[in-house]
Amino acid sequence: MSSFLACVAALLATSGLSLILIRRSFATVTIYSFCLVISLALSVLSVLAIGAAPSTIVLPIGLPWLGAHFRIDALAAVFLAIVNIGAAAASLYALGYGRHEHEPGRILPFFPAFLAAMNIVVMAADAYGFLFAWELMSLSSWAMVMAHHRREGTTRAGYVYLLMASFGTFALLLAFGLLAGPGGAFAFDAIQAHPLTPGLAGLVLVLVVIGAGSKAGLVPLHVWLPLAHPAAPSHVSALMSGVMTKVAIYAFIRITFDLMGTPAWWWSLPALLLGGITAVMGVLYALMESDLKRVLAYSTIENIGIIFAALGLSMAFKAAGMGDAAALALTAALFHAFNHMLFKSALFFGAGTVIEATGEQDMENLGGLIHRMPYSSAAFLAACLAIAALPPFNGFASEWLVFQDILVSPHLPQMGLRMLVPAVGVLLALSAALAAACFARAFGITYLGRPRTAAADNAVEADRWSVSAMIVCAVLCLLAGIFPGVVIDRLQPAAVLLVAGQMPPQMHIAWLSIVPISASQSSYNGLLMFGFLVLSATLTAGVIHRVSSRAVRHAPFWDCGYPGAGPVAQYSAASLSQPIRRVFGTIVFYAHEEIDMPAPGDIRPAKLRRFISDPIWDYLYAPIARVVGAVTSAMNVLQFLTIRRYLGFVFITLVVLLVVLTIWG
Amino acid sequence: MGLITALLMQLGQMLLVIAVAPGVTGLVRKMKARLQRRIGPSILQPYRDLRRLFGKEVVLPQNTSWLFRMAPYVIFAATWVATSMVPTFETGLLFSWSGDLIAIVAMLGVARFVLALAALDTGTSFGGIGASREVMIASLAEPAMIMITFIVALIAGSTQLTTIAVTMTTAGLRVSLAMALVAMVIVALAENARIPFDNPATHLELTMVHEAMVLEYSGRHLAMIELAGSVRLVLYISLIGCIFFPYGLVVNDTGLLVHAAALAAYFAKLAVACVLLAMLETSIAKMRVFRIPNLLGIALMLGLLGTLLLFVKASM
Repeated sequence: MSSFLACVAALLATSGLSLILIRRSFATVTIYSFCLVISLALSVLSVLAIGAAPSTIVLPIGLPWLGAHFRIDALAAVFLAIVNIGAAAASLYALGYGRHEHEPGRILPFFPAFLAAMNIVVMAADAYGFLFAWELMSLSSWAMVMAHHRREGTTRAGYVYLLMASFGTFALLLAFGLLAGPGGAFAFDAIQAHPLTPGLAGLVLVLVVIGAGSKAGLVPLHVWLPLAHPAAPSHVSALMSGVMTKVAIYAFIRITFDLMGTPAWWWSLPALLLGGITAVMGVLYALMESDLKRVLAYSTIENIGIIFAALGLSMAFKAAGMGDAAALALTAALFHAFNHMLFKSALFFGAGTVIEATGEQDMENLGGLIHRMPYSSAAFLAACLAIAALPPFNGFASEWLVFQDILVSPHLPQMGLRMLVPAVGVLLALSAALAAACFARAFGITYLGRPRTAAADNAVEADRWSVSAMIVCAVLCLLAGIFPGVVIDRLQPAAVLLVAGQMPPQMHIAWLSIVPISASQSSYNGLLMFGFLVLSATLTAGVIHRVSSRAVRHAPFWDCGYPGAGPVAQYSAASLSQPIRRVFGTIVFYAHEEIDMPAPGDIRPAKLRRFISDPIWDYLYAPIARVVGAVTSAMNVLQFLTIRRYLGFVFITLVVLLVVLTIWG
Repeated sequence: MGLITALLMQLGQMLLVIAVAPGVTGLVRKMKARLQRRIGPSILQPYRDLRRLFGKEVVLPQNTSWLFRMAPYVIFAATWVATSMVPTFETGLLFSWSGDLIAIVAMLGVARFVLALAALDTGTSFGGIGASREVMIASLAEPAMIMITFIVALIAGSTQLTTIAVTMTTAGLRVSLAMALVAMVIVALAENARIPFDNPATHLELTMVHEAMVLEYSGRHLAMIELAGSVRLVLYISLIGCIFFPYGLVVNDTGLLVHAAALAAYFAKLAVACVLLAMLETSIAKMRVFRIPNLLGIALMLGLLGTLLLFVKASM
């Protein structure tokens, strides 16, 4: 425990150190190497802490009558591992990428503080420490979002992020207030000790879904995410998307599974419903988008949806007393959280190298990078395969577990849930298939084909730190996909802690298969899949090269007799997703096209315009913004009054408050 | 001894599928030709085509990367690995437990993903149009297939194909299974690029999906992709056979005669499927691209309804 706190203190000290070093040329390297070393140490410590007994410590800081409680149990250790592995990868990447930063002073002090804050959120065991660290996490990441504040759109992103972050913290504050009760028992063990009435539980649930869900990017609270994540420098985007959203999921799990006590079946409804909708909406948004980093941000929303749906399933099983099925769903959720951290980091790193090499982040201006950036493109491809849930990578293993758990759910006692779960299943299956389309598009348009601009044509491979960080993440994706049993076994202590059930131990199963329930029901073997795939591909290639003609000729591609079709004639990101836009987009986004075709003889150019509107922004946020705007401008008259009038207002307010208190009491 | 026999059976089935696959494609073509009152090429023509393609040089379009050259082998390998997990005439294959029905669907997804990337790698509009339509079709066909998997798995209590095939021999008639069968046929037609989704014989820009993606391939690369396509057709026939018509499958038996009978039954299933496919393709026209989602949507809805039925039924 103390070693964890020492590491976090070291991170905070690094943050302070950066203020001293800020003008020195070696500041970037020093700070990121410190962060790398500390995060690696924390990763090792937290992986070791998963199986160990929970450790607690109370420090005499923070509120005088409360102190600062810290506690690391299996759940906290799992999330500490996710946070710090992601942090280590981002620090490694930043060793190279961070050097291109023009104003490192806008990033360096906040980066270690952000890492420290995320660690403290997970370790905190009282509401005060939790919320303090939560707010520190929001603010330090906000500062880094604003690092490039002169770039167009950044200020708006920062503004929306700040609003949503404060709103979310506010909801969590109220939730903890309700959980603590009138006695003000803010330590987590005191909260656990006092049960909630169903009405209060419902209220807390709504507040937690708002608070944690807005940070995680649950639809419809996701609006800030696709603005803020891409606006930050890429290593920070990777941290925000891959790691910070996981901290939000930790908050959701901690409060709903641990602090709120025994669940009722309806607690699972918001997570299931919103999770399924978020998964499909997120990936559809991603398919409509052509800015590479925004595509990745939207795909984060999709993955958060999958994780929430799995958590909802787990909650339903827990309420029904089916511990092992609940453990399977919880394991799937945690496994997917871990996987998403890995592949989303690799993808954002890749986007960073592309932006560094070309100065472009719109896919429509890229293309052909696979020739110029061979290593980073290979790592990006691996991460794309993983996020598209294709075997033998890790994304498939965790989604496979989710599907297996859906197949257990006919045993749920509630009719309503039994009707809902297949619908969630369809949504998850749709989102998996659409994710494959989305990442075939993201990789295909960015890295394949012919370069669409001179900038893309002149790209060069990124520095070796950036590339090695990407390759490390990609290799980890493959390893976690080939040996899923290793990860699953590591997650079981958390399942035992939260849902009092567990999956059968995986490491003893022959050939390293994974078996969620029993071998006769289902099993999956990533190692054999990978082995067969590689073996049969090389075997076939070998045989073919032996028996068939080996002649190869390079020639221009078939141009249908119309030579000189430039790179513009290629399919673009927008045209590639046109069929999907017509099939799904017309329903969800009111997507339509306007074609302006001049009459024969008219020499005007023909025009095709696409229209896509975001229903959530139009129907949820825009009205709220209008109302707030109207109210504030109406209240504007209160701004320039004499001091006598203000004193009058104070007096009236006091009287009203006293009257209320008299009636209430 | 038992292990070696099992290994040989597994290898034998894998090789059998490759050996049979071009013949199945040939048979479909022959039947279609006969139904259109043509004589048509010999059933062996696909074998001859493959031999000729293997002997030809590869013409690589300029600007393609390593991905374009590796893709045919990966596509073939993924399809082949998926097929090796489907019981053709014998259940309980040595490696069948290494992946279940969901893994088979995902393996085919790998093949499609790589093919779409290879198409985009050429940097032509043909590759783009093919990839674009293919991902649209896949985005509905894959979830439909997952829902079919759910139906079958809920009835059999397992996603392992061996268990499913054994259970299905005694499962009897069910409404949800009928829904699954209809949905499965639709998905199989879509995944194999058959009419009404795609026309395997077309070379007209507006109608191409699969052919547009492989337009730039030649020589041995094209041969691998053609072979993978044939293997995929056999895979879907075997899949429909072992789930919905698991008659004649060998279950825990070592008798030579039983195996011979099972093999004969398997060939009979393949032949019947070829005839039915040819009849279907002759009797209906290809759909417009944007009507395809309607048909696939029907498959998805049938899958969902079947699953819902089973979920609701679990309470009674």
